[in-house]
Amino acid sequence: MSRSDVLVDADWAEAHLDDPSVVLVEVDEDTSAYDKGHIPGAVRIDWKADLQDSVRRDFVNKAQFEQLLSSRGISNDQTVVLYGGNNNWFAAYAYWYFKLYGHQDVRLLDGGRKKWELDSRTLVTDVRDRQPTTYTAKEQDTSIRAYRDDVLGAIGSLNLVDVRSPDEYAGRLLAPAHLPQEQAQRAGHIPTARSIPWSKAANDDGTFKSDEELTALYADAGVDLSKDTIAYCRIGERSAHTWFALHELLGQSSVRNYDGSWTEYGSLVGVPVQLGDEAGNPEGGNG
Amino acid sequence: MCGATTGGLSVEGIDITKESVVQGVVLRGQQPVAGAYVRLLDSGGEFTAEVPTSVTGHFRFFAGPGSWTVRVLAPGAEPVDRSVVARQGAVAELEVAI
Repeated sequence: MSRSDVLVDADWAEAHLDDPSVVLVEVDEDTSAYDKGHIPGAVRIDWKADLQDSVRRDFVNKAQFEQLLSSRGISNDQTVVLYGGNNNWFAAYAYWYFKLYGHQDVRLLDGGRKKWELDSRTLVTDVRDRQPTTYTAKEQDTSIRAYRDDVLGAIGSLNLVDVRSPDEYAGRLLAPAHLPQEQAQRAGHIPTARSIPWSKAANDDGTFKSDEELTALYADAGVDLSKDTIAYCRIGERSAHTWFALHELLGQSSVRNYDGSWTEYGSLVGVPVQLGDEAGNPEGGNG
Repeated sequence: MCGATTGGLSVEGIDITKESVVQGVVLRGQQPVAGAYVRLLDSGGEFTAEVPTSVTGHFRFFAGPGSWTVRVLAPGAEPVDRSVVARQGAVAELEVAI
């Protein structure tokens, strides 16, 4: 698989705005961003309202995902190009989600909404009509999803990669700094996890770094790529960005995203937690 | 913007005693710049957060106490860095010209 099979640049997207085999999908944390302006023809998916079960903490099921994509006029044989704000965090999350449900051809727009805006490319407010389709999803591919027990079993043995900011890793912040810091969960990180912030995989304009730079980044941080890897953050969106870098760009086969992430782990009773800037030992501790 | 106060964003509904707020406005000449990207970098220069400015050019972070750098990216402008110190229970206000 080559980089262009999973990642397209803004010129490519602009050249395919009217290509019926391509559908652009905007996914944002700030779901009002789409209303203020989106790439012509783009469809909106709300990462929370559309992709999360409204009652229990989990994804929508296969039938609900099929209904969502059918209603948005997305078909199985179309190339889905995802983009969004926050340096594509939620677009990467949706990418991973589309892969989880087995969509054949899904790609990320490199740099997402930010690069598009910094390039002063066209954004529109009108929403194009799309005919509903009959979308068929596959069963969840759980080989790319980690659960809390997988994570507990990985402490001290597999690669755990914490992609939050250094201050969140150390326990000095509880959430990304655009959010209020009063949060229910404990501060810190999963013992033995390496701190490799998602942002090290991206340039300032939100585009991904080169394969060579990415390989060096993870190797220099002590990630043994011959072992299985689990990435996590706070709610699983920034770690989807790192999952994309490792699994899709670098072609590492055994990489899972822990979507429960710190909001789950930091709320568990009796599990080890490590504070401070060091990875720590499996028992965890204070600095 | 609804809730905006002279000189900065409203902090209504936020328990400021628990937060270390860094906020401000991005200006080009005297005009506020909407849709600029403002990044918060920690004392080691590492990315901590990023927000687009509001229609009134404002941005806000909930940082921790300490020294931070605010970096502004906007179409047709060079990136601009500004240093700021955040304190718990206080609001650090910045005006960044691009």
